[in-house]
Amino acid sequence: MSSPRSRLSSFWIALGLITGLYLLFILSMLAATAAYTTPGHWWRALAAREIRYSIGLSLATCTATALLSLLLAVPVGYLLSRGRFRGKSMLDAALDVPIVLPPMVVGLCLLILFQTPFGRAVESVVPFTYTVAGVVLAQFVIGAAFAVRTMRGTFDHLSPRPENVAMTLGCSRGRAVWLVTLPAARRGMFAAASIAWARSLGEFGPILVFAGATRMKTEVLPTSVWLELSVGNLEAAVAVSILMVALAMVVLVAVRLAGEKV
Amino acid sequence: MIRLENISWHAGAFRLENVSFEIPTGRYAVLMGRTGCGKTTLLEIICGLRQPASGAVKIDSRDVTGEPPGVRGIGYVPQDGAMFPTMTVREQIGFALRLRRRPIAEIEQRVGELAEHLGVTSLLHRLPHDLSGGERQRVALGRALAAKPSVLLLDEPLSALDEDLRDDLASLLKRIQRELGITALHITHSAREAAQLADLLFRLDDGKVREAS
Repeated sequence: MSSPRSRLSSFWIALGLITGLYLLFILSMLAATAAYTTPGHWWRALAAREIRYSIGLSLATCTATALLSLLLAVPVGYLLSRGRFRGKSMLDAALDVPIVLPPMVVGLCLLILFQTPFGRAVESVVPFTYTVAGVVLAQFVIGAAFAVRTMRGTFDHLSPRPENVAMTLGCSRGRAVWLVTLPAARRGMFAAASIAWARSLGEFGPILVFAGATRMKTEVLPTSVWLELSVGNLEAAVAVSILMVALAMVVLVAVRLAGEKV
Repeated sequence: MIRLENISWHAGAFRLENVSFEIPTGRYAVLMGRTGCGKTTLLEIICGLRQPASGAVKIDSRDVTGEPPGVRGIGYVPQDGAMFPTMTVREQIGFALRLRRRPIAEIEQRVGELAEHLGVTSLLHRLPHDLSGGERQRVALGRALAAKPSVLLLDEPLSALDEDLRDDLASLLKRIQRELGITALHITHSAREAAQLADLLFRLDDGKVREAS
């Protein structure tokens, strides 16, 4: 019969083994992808005019989406965290809809929305369907939902008391949030924007359906992977994939570093 | 002077009904009661952070019931000090005066005076995470007093401190209240604290406030 100490050890060893196998699986995927190509192939693929355009468009649209997501996520996250009102749980669930919807369906919903009289009226001012603005909108639908979750969590972790004190000292609620709460939430805001940015970088389905996959127009990095795969250019697809993995890693590390200091 | 007239407040099963009491100008009142009996709610109603269902809050004979917290002329010190996380001690104490757009020289002078009075002059450059519990409460007190409020509301300001520090800070509170002639309402669970500080002692039981001394 084993002692409690050895039972505990085998328990933790089993957990460690499961975690280790999972980590090994992830690292194997990445290592295999990295080993598939050579630095020479990689540079050649990235030097192609179309790929350089898609890198530039991805960086620009992801940054625009991250900023727009943050602009939405700060007030909505605050409302969900501090607001007390009827229907709050319904609103909370509704804001998760873009996260749980299949990505292709998000694209299809956008496409149909912009065929309605309201959508056509909007398009007469700013065209979205099959345009760069459409890429940003498709990324925003999902990126903003993640940013809202992150900001809500950030505000949940911040005590409302300093804000209340600021109000007794002469601030309106808005000014107290601006002067006291938002500076304290700055790392959460950075994390929310980064998460929206990273989600947007990998977004493919809604962009394909709503903004199309036109080279040198609405082609972002995931579109490049798909287009290169579809013509059998596996090395270019792998080169773009490695670039996306590297960008995702940078965001992951940045968010982790910011998160540890929140 | 703080005067509550028939204050009622409801939240689910919890209710305060027709709470009335008065603290004359310049007196130090202590309010005691069981955990969850509504002491903090009552303090927040006086602050203007919660609106009562009915009744009136008067400060220095002025009905402030419908007024926002910032114009009531109160200083508020919550339980844990509630420091502004990104501001230095100097910025915290000068906060109310900066909001009122007072000249920088006046703010500096007032911050210096209060810091000296409260024994935090050497901490002016520090951020809250570098302060001990007692230091935080001193800074919170300075921040509440900077704009020269007529009443001071303290929500268990000594509860997180060890006993020696508690006695020191209790003496400081009493001294400052006397020197400034300010009307104070202090919430506590501690009978010892109440005995040290109270000119007037109130108890909140079953949604009603009664004077105990």
